[in-house]
Amino acid sequence: MARTLYEKIWDAHVVREKPGQPSLIYIDRHLVHEGTSPQAFAGLKAAGRKVRRPELTFATMDHSVSTKNRAIPLADSDAVAQFDALARNCQEAGISLFDMHSRNQGIVHVIGPELGITLPGCTIVCGDSHTSTHGALGALAFGIGTSEVEHVLATQCLSQFKSKTLQIDVQGKRPRGVTAKDIILAIIGKIGIGGGNGHVAEYTGEAVRGLSMEGRMTMCNMSIEGGARAGMVAPDDTTFAYVEDKPFAPQGKDFQEAVHYWKSLATDLGAKYDKTVVLKAEELAPMVTWGTNPGMVTQVTGRVPDPASFADTVDRKAAENALAYMALRPGTRMEDISVDRVFIGSCTNSRIEDIRAAASVVAGRHVAKSLKQALVVPGSRVVKAKAEQEGLDKIFRDAGFEWRDAGCSMCIGMNDDVLLSGERSASTSNRNFEGRQGKGGRTHLVSPMMAAAAAIEGHFVDIRKWSGLDGAE
Amino acid sequence: MKPFSKHTGLVAPIDRVNVDTDQMVPKQFLKLLTREGYGRILFYDWRYLPGEKPDPDFVLNKPRYNGASIFVARANFGCGSSREHAPWAILDFGVRAILAPSYADIFYNNCFKNGILPVTLPDAQIDELFKRTEANEGYRLTVDLEQQIVSDDKGLRCSFNVDSFRRECLLKGLDDIGLTLVHKAEIAAYEKKHLRVPALHANLDVKYHHE
Repeated sequence: MARTLYEKIWDAHVVREKPGQPSLIYIDRHLVHEGTSPQAFAGLKAAGRKVRRPELTFATMDHSVSTKNRAIPLADSDAVAQFDALARNCQEAGISLFDMHSRNQGIVHVIGPELGITLPGCTIVCGDSHTSTHGALGALAFGIGTSEVEHVLATQCLSQFKSKTLQIDVQGKRPRGVTAKDIILAIIGKIGIGGGNGHVAEYTGEAVRGLSMEGRMTMCNMSIEGGARAGMVAPDDTTFAYVEDKPFAPQGKDFQEAVHYWKSLATDLGAKYDKTVVLKAEELAPMVTWGTNPGMVTQVTGRVPDPASFADTVDRKAAENALAYMALRPGTRMEDISVDRVFIGSCTNSRIEDIRAAASVVAGRHVAKSLKQALVVPGSRVVKAKAEQEGLDKIFRDAGFEWRDAGCSMCIGMNDDVLLSGERSASTSNRNFEGRQGKGGRTHLVSPMMAAAAAIEGHFVDIRKWSGLDGAE
Repeated sequence: MKPFSKHTGLVAPIDRVNVDTDQMVPKQFLKLLTREGYGRILFYDWRYLPGEKPDPDFVLNKPRYNGASIFVARANFGCGSSREHAPWAILDFGVRAILAPSYADIFYNNCFKNGILPVTLPDAQIDELFKRTEANEGYRLTVDLEQQIVSDDKGLRCSFNVDSFRRECLLKGLDDIGLTLVHKAEIAAYEKKHLRVPALHANLDVKYHHE
């Protein structure tokens, strides 16, 4: 029978199946960070259980790390206790840890693919909803709670019900200035933030095939923002070229054998999805969110909507709340919204291609005088080193940006990179929820180029009109 | 895990769509090492004014909802971050059941791991529950997992569906990990068969990352 990519990976990982019960699924890679793991290790210890396969688990420190100077001890004693707990737990169990001083440290969803820990056809979980990122390589990857983290540590398996499948087909070529971020924001705007609940999304179509691995990761990363716990792209030559020579990836003859297998994973002709959504890439434009969830989004040339225009009373109330929180008036042109801070980073948009795209916008220019801060936070130390080798740090510094060390930073504000109450930001991150970047902070989600341009002009601008732009075919 | 079979309690309305887990437990409380004690900080930014003074306008600070153990909520409850701190906070606050039209997947799953029953009911029934909760001070519901019925003492009866496996685990308060470890031999057999597939398991001996 014809099967989808999701079904093939699922079938290959079934340890045990019984009608009416969740299946026992084998987990190939378990990623761990400091924020959601201490209670899992403690639970394991309390029950007298051991980590079953420590060599399949990889840990990093990303959520609370300082992006300034790692040589200075952290003032935050809670964060220190969490880092210490992670280091101790990993050492006791024999788990590989990329601690905050490792040259490979970075956001868990950046370093997984970058080191070849993430591979096509794998099942990958992490106590973090943006684990969906790894699906860009053709893996089945999704976020889990801490109880499930404990379950995977103890058994290397998860008890799961099969999800429904959602095909998101992005047809045609994307226009210049329209990036993977804009495509996924447009998708979330279309299906709504609960639109993918109960589903695993597979992104297909010419516009998706045309994306680099970094772009595909941006799209899969925000699958969860559309409610889909996992997002996937079938592995192809772009994928194989990316994976080849990554430190943890199979090498030589093993790699060739692996590619042969990975090629068999693509969805079969005639396989059925439970639901299909179609977008035409040529109709897409750079996107900016106006509200307090990623589905509250419009094109940069659009305006803040009038809550009265929403037919459903619950939606109308949500829009009213959002505009009150964001201090925005209906009808305001998106391009007239000015920002206080700009953040380029997060597991959505902090890879080398994102940094390059933003650098191409700021090169030879300077951030607006009205700006309080413009931050570039590479997703990993490997990305940081690569960018520095290319001289991108200098472009940003000369333009008035701060060039930081790797971490989650102002996406989740667990370190000191936060918005103050009433401040407005242009951010390349994934969630504009109330208070996420700091109580009372107002975040607009955009692509790296759009964020860079907002930093230069002090307000949102249509990147398609930017002069001297490259990297935006 | 605390078993759940039947619970009667005071109902509080959380009348917002798409309530995300960042609202339930803001980021600054994700640095703790325990599963307990989060009830005090549930809905922190909505619930407190500066200086941790309860905001009298927030629904859960209204005296009539003091001691609520059931939430009636809107669609896509618990969206966003996977943080299990959200259900830990809800449970520690004293809530054992949630009634909503839909939930985000990860949150839904996390509730069952913590002895909280998330009941899914159609929009019209949820609307009716909001009306009854707001119109009747001290409004109580009984959520019966055995019978799969939500009822009040004014004649309302709503039946609900829940997957039979999850229902069984919750009724008996079963330990998930214990259940899986029963199948140890099958896990070992799977590993034996698959562990040498190069596509999945090559090069795991690289040990240069501590540099």
